[in-house]
Amino acid sequence: MTWSSASDFFAMGGYALYVWGAYAVCLALMLIEPLMARRQKQQAFREARRPSGEHGDD
Amino acid sequence: MSTTTLRWSTFAAPSRFYRLADTLNPWLWGAAVVLAVAALYVGFFVAPVDATQGNSYRIIFIHVPAAWISMVIYVAMAFWAAVGWMLNARMASMLARALAPTGALFTFIALWTGSFWGKPTWGTWWVWDARLTSYLILLFLYLGFIALISAIDDVVRGDKAAAVLTLVGVVNIPIIYFSVRWWNTLHQGATISMTAAPKMAHTMLLAMLLMTFAFWAYAFAVVFTRAQALALQRERDTDWVRALVGKEMQ
Repeated sequence: MTWSSASDFFAMGGYALYVWGAYAVCLALMLIEPLMARRQKQQAFREARRPSGEHGDD
Repeated sequence: MSTTTLRWSTFAAPSRFYRLADTLNPWLWGAAVVLAVAALYVGFFVAPVDATQGNSYRIIFIHVPAAWISMVIYVAMAFWAAVGWMLNARMASMLARALAPTGALFTFIALWTGSFWGKPTWGTWWVWDARLTSYLILLFLYLGFIALISAIDDVVRGDKAAAVLTLVGVVNIPIIYFSVRWWNTLHQGATISMTAAPKMAHTMLLAMLLMTFAFWAYAFAVVFTRAQALALQRERDTDWVRALVGKEMQ
């Protein structure tokens, strides 16, 4: 095993800021993007359901 | 000519694409999560510490896959934009539009993680060298594409303009790839080469490849979802969308 303890793991050999700073932003963005895409699809679905002539802007 | 066009467009019918995406997406999400967890496990608990860079090198497991995918997505976007433009294939233009935000996202991730890796390794967050500068241009190409399609209301004209922009920008991809060879840059050379044995430990390589596949599954799933949204918007008045959303025929 590479790490002797949990705090050893989180310290990343002194590179905690860089490693976790890189991974945290990557994870956050990859959680937000699918949610935005899903919302876009649901919105398109709702708009398609509305009667013709009522659709607003694209 | 007409028969080929017909066959192409039938095969790429938005209604069929929509159903295919619905079938594939749960599997793609499952694969993305499983592969990402496996990549993180191998990357953080199996792969050893790097002799020269210490633990900061572990950023490679997201940096390189994101950079690879951002470039492949750009080429795919240019391909589908060109197909949509030349063959008038509806789904192809929608795919090009759906790819852009994900490509921009991975470009940003590669820049961000590269910066967080550059600081401890080179002592600077950013440097205007050939690799970094040409790669920053890739982000601008993606953002330019997104700005262009949102500025043009007419769908067909927007698709055409975006196709021209994307095809011109494709020249940047080989420039990015070969920049580390053509110019004397701070950025290290290619991590994986087709002609030479990998310079890294097998477990490091494994973690990177697992993460690459995880990112791929993610990219497909999210692009499919966005393409479905575009198909619903553009084909709102067709029978298949009406049937799908449960709207009465008029």
